[in-house]
Amino acid sequence: MLTYNSLRQLRDTANLELKNKLAQREDVGIKEDGSFYLTDPYFAKQTRVALRNCGIIDPLAIDESIATGAYIALADLLENDVPGPQIVEDITRSGLRGRGGAGFSTGRKWAEALKYDVEQKYIICNGDEGDPGAYMDRSILEQDPHCILEGMAIGGLAIGANKGYIYVRAEYPIAVKNLKVAIEQAHEYGLLGDNILGSDFSFDIELRLGAGAFVCGEATALIESIEGHRGMPRYKKFRTAHKGLFQKPTVLNNVETFANVHMIMLNGVDWFRSIGTEESTGTKVFSVVGKVNLAGLVEVPMGTSLDEIIYDISGGIRDNKELKAVQTGGPSGGCIPAELISETHVDFESLEAIGSIMGSGGMVVMDEDDCMVDIARFFMEFTVEESCGKCTPCRIGNKRVLEMLERFVEGKGEEKDLKYLGDLCVVIRDTSLCGLGQAACNPVMSTMKYFRDEYLSHIVDHRCPAGICSALTAYEVEENCIGCGLCKVNCPVQCISGERKERHFIDQEICIRCGVCFEKCPVNAIALV
Amino acid sequence: MITFYINDHEVTVPEGTTILQAAREIGVEIPTLCHLDLHSHAMDISNENASCRVCMVEQEGRDKMLTACSVVAWDGLRVRTDTPKVIRTRKMMIELLLSDHPTDCLVCFKSGNCELQTLAQDNHIREIHYPGAHNVCEIDDSSFSIVRDMNKCILCKRCETVCNVIQTVGALTTVGRGFETVVGTLFDLPMNETTCTFCGQCVSVCPTGALRGVPRNAEVWDALADDSKTVVVQTAPAVRVALGEAFGMEPGTDVTGKMVTALRSMGFDYVYDTNFAADVTIVEEANEFVHRFTEGGVMPILTSCCPSWVKFIEHNFGDMLDIPSSCKSPHEMFGSLAKTYLAERIGKDPKDIVVVSVMPCLAKKYESERPELSNEGHSDVDLVITTRELSYMIKETSQDFAGLEDSDFDDFMGESSGAGSIFGSSGGVLEATLRTAYEILTDEVLEKLDFTTLRGLEGIKEASVEINGTEVNVATASGLGNARELLERVRNGDKQYHVIEIMACPGGCIDGGGQPFFDEGSDILEKRMNAIYEIDKNKPIRQSHKNPSVIKLYEDFLGEPYGEKAQELLHTSFVLRPKA
Ligand SMILES: Cc1cc2nc3c(=O)[nH]c(=O)nc-3n(C[C@H](O)[C@H](O)[C@H](O)COP(=O)(O)O)c2cc1C
Ligand code: SF4
Ligand code: SF4
Ligand code: SF4
Ligand code: FES
Repeated sequence: MLTYNSLRQLRDTANLELKNKLAQREDVGIKEDGSFYLTDPYFAKQTRVALRNCGIIDPLAIDESIATGAYIALADLLENDVPGPQIVEDITRSGLRGRGGAGFSTGRKWAEALKYDVEQKYIICNGDEGDPGAYMDRSILEQDPHCILEGMAIGGLAIGANKGYIYVRAEYPIAVKNLKVAIEQAHEYGLLGDNILGSDFSFDIELRLGAGAFVCGEATALIESIEGHRGMPRYKKFRTAHKGLFQKPTVLNNVETFANVHMIMLNGVDWFRSIGTEESTGTKVFSVVGKVNLAGLVEVPMGTSLDEIIYDISGGIRDNKELKAVQTGGPSGGCIPAELISETHVDFESLEAIGSIMGSGGMVVMDEDDCMVDIARFFMEFTVEESCGKCTPCRIGNKRVLEMLERFVEGKGEEKDLKYLGDLCVVIRDTSLCGLGQAACNPVMSTMKYFRDEYLSHIVDHRCPAGICSALTAYEVEENCIGCGLCKVNCPVQCISGERKERHFIDQEICIRCGVCFEKCPVNAIALV
Repeated sequence: MITFYINDHEVTVPEGTTILQAAREIGVEIPTLCHLDLHSHAMDISNENASCRVCMVEQEGRDKMLTACSVVAWDGLRVRTDTPKVIRTRKMMIELLLSDHPTDCLVCFKSGNCELQTLAQDNHIREIHYPGAHNVCEIDDSSFSIVRDMNKCILCKRCETVCNVIQTVGALTTVGRGFETVVGTLFDLPMNETTCTFCGQCVSVCPTGALRGVPRNAEVWDALADDSKTVVVQTAPAVRVALGEAFGMEPGTDVTGKMVTALRSMGFDYVYDTNFAADVTIVEEANEFVHRFTEGGVMPILTSCCPSWVKFIEHNFGDMLDIPSSCKSPHEMFGSLAKTYLAERIGKDPKDIVVVSVMPCLAKKYESERPELSNEGHSDVDLVITTRELSYMIKETSQDFAGLEDSDFDDFMGESSGAGSIFGSSGGVLEATLRTAYEILTDEVLEKLDFTTLRGLEGIKEASVEINGTEVNVATASGLGNARELLERVRNGDKQYHVIEIMACPGGCIDGGGQPFFDEGSDILEKRMNAIYEIDKNKPIRQSHKNPSVIKLYEDFLGEPYGEKAQELLHTSFVLRPKA
């Protein structure tokens, strides 16, 4: 069992050991202030706060976490008997906003839960991370679990809770394992459990594994799920902070939010406020995927321009293609067109103003080969699949949106559909019960706004400009055909005819638009029209 | 108190009031669909699912709208219920629901009583702008009582609330996700293999035709058309105080006389009264009670006239199957007597007699198919129709029901006491039992026949009566959740009860699953109940054992009450059923 002083001593000795160990590594450097960083320019260009230990420390060794400052802030708060309201005040002043999607002020949420004078309160960490392609929470949970445990304990101390739950995706076995080990080690050191560091504050954390449905990450559904019910969003008369888990005041925050709590209490409110913008303080981690040269997790100060993220950090667009759009915020985020990229900054206000969202930080980069109608259809397919089915606009409305998009990509749309579609999207946004339905149409609305001509091409001209929608594309043999017959022998449906050494011909009625001929032609005589 | 604004009207309401409640208070109509205040069904909760999104109103200055049914108003809130946006949204919501709904209104059983249909009509939906795929579901008609047609479900979950929270049966549960979501059964079993008790309360609250009773009215017409059959009809006590509603008559009107006239004109050979059989039931049950009470048998004795309740105890309290009375329910007793006592008298072969029961109840449909409720191979009762089905049949005859003359039941099995008539209301069987048991046990005349503490729509009612120096504790529960609570008390031995009455439907048979549908916020149940007690009050004879036709039945045919022949014809046994 550690005491305040032995914890600090341990921090100092462990820090020396860690320094020695890391000195052996070429990919890690030490800054003037003694903190470590990854030297690769990809990382060096970032501002790693929540991810600062990822790839640097051994997550299974609690001493290495302590070496970087884990539990020190908690110890200071306990030793100095800092009252809960003071901690809440600090978090409020830091301007920290939830990183799980909506960007609600963390301090205000905590203040609400603090208000209720009841014996039992809860802290929940939302590690459900259901966005496909997002893995920022997973990285933190796997590689720096102690910063989450400490963040939650600080939350408990602040609002007067002594029980926490981490709801983590069952598909993250390493995160689950590392969290288990971390909780055990923290217990051994007296950093969790009864009378932490000899104080009269007790705090315990339990893991709960999520079944994996996207909607289970929604706050009310997640609580239902921990309570043992079907993970479905619910309208609640009371806020979670008032009557949440088991009807008790509950603070529910995202993984990255708790990671930031730990850093704010360690480095101070002013330090935190110095990063980011006035309204959106601190950093945000993005999961950058798609047509960029360097895909991966990027942590930058709030307010950084998309340009910087895509070109400076992520190395620009693959194969020197043209950037077409960037979608932020996960499957229900909006698509921002290339011409707005340089003037768009990643903070809550800017993204919302442009019809997208911060979401949990997904970022999909699209190039000239992507069809925006098909992209909208693709994301809609995801939300329709993931809808819990409870409320009318999301259950039926989103299905109808998807059906319309499916008709568009098949060239079966009508011009009047565009108006119907627009109206429907707005109603779904304004009436759905939970965030899933409310945000579901963002990809559709934003692409309709910025790429309307692509929609019109599909609907009016029955053409897919990007050549993606197979029903709207045709392969034709051009004049330069040498009559080698390679396309003919490779066509899976034998719809190509022609004599040797003569120009061949594709029967459009039979062609399934697989594109094999296009690939096989040695003289590029097959054209996509 | 908080003050907020609806369409610029200032409203001051207690904290915790929803926008809908406040709007109703000042007479602003906001259409709803999934929401249902269940108090008018004698249930003390509301269905608050907030899923249909029909009740959305605008919050001034915000895009995101509010569900009036669930959002609690706050100080200074400004909402509008009348803007183009509200109207457009509501219409779109209804259109979306209809886009995944069969449009066979013309032949839907719920046509005319369907809340979705009314909503579509009131909001002038004339085109569905968003046609698309339907979530096609197989119709479950496996049971004798309830048809589940989830193609017509709008996922309001009223049925789930009633089944799971009020009745604590838990037969229904949401399954599937997204567009494929449906209200299914536990383990996706067909209804007849679930723990469903067929109380039909889900049918009573379903806004659409997704849940409905199994219709038998066409078969009744067939029987009436068949000259080789003698068709005998009996009507339950709760039917006569509700049937008039189907013809626009004032709720709580006793239409016994008109009903008899209508039945006779439809061609029934004998028009009889289940109330007569209720009197027989009391004589049997009171004697069974006296027997158990004086011989040191198991106590308490539980009434067994509600088949839904019987199925509930068979599933959930298998260890207590020795406490219910072995009496068949009144209409089954009637059926049994019709095919023996009446058959003998009119000289007919029982196989040529068709017994039709008109019941407020869906469970009676299932009950009449229980194999043990038969005699020498003949089912006691052949066809059960509900109050609703009777109203359809009368309408088919084009008679002006309200204008019909009154007439009396046929004699022989048509006379009844006031005690028989109160079976229709929760507490009535108990009261009727006491009126008879007291006199058997004490040999004295019971001066005060009214046990008013046993009346009313509360879920659990108790009373104590002193009989021969012993405190006899009686209790009655209506609603299966309340029944469960009472039975748990019995099992825990919290208190020694002697007689317990249980009815599955909250308030008793007046709220049965086969009664005419009624709207939220009505006091129809109360009126039906008052009508029942009014009938009792006006009867010259108000105790079952004093009914001359009943006395004659025992003298001429049955012999001793609770004797050998009575036991053979009028008593039954129970079956242990799985818990889930
Ligand atoms: C459909 C849906 C899925 C969500 N999934 C997650 C998730 O995986 N992780 C998360 O932290 N928040 C998720 N959220 C947001 C949560 O509801 C909640 O706002 C958040 O966890 C609060 O934490 P924060 O304030 O720290 O952001 C989701 C919301 C919706 C509507
Ligand atoms: S918006 Fe979608 S996911 Fe959310 S409650 Fe409604 S149906 Fe369920
Ligand atoms: S079956 Fe009827 S009551 Fe049940 S959810 Fe569907 S519409 Fe509602
Ligand atoms: S209470 Fe009456 S109507 Fe309801 S199930 Fe029982 S017998 Fe039928
Ligand atoms: S009535 Fe309000 S959401 Fe259904």
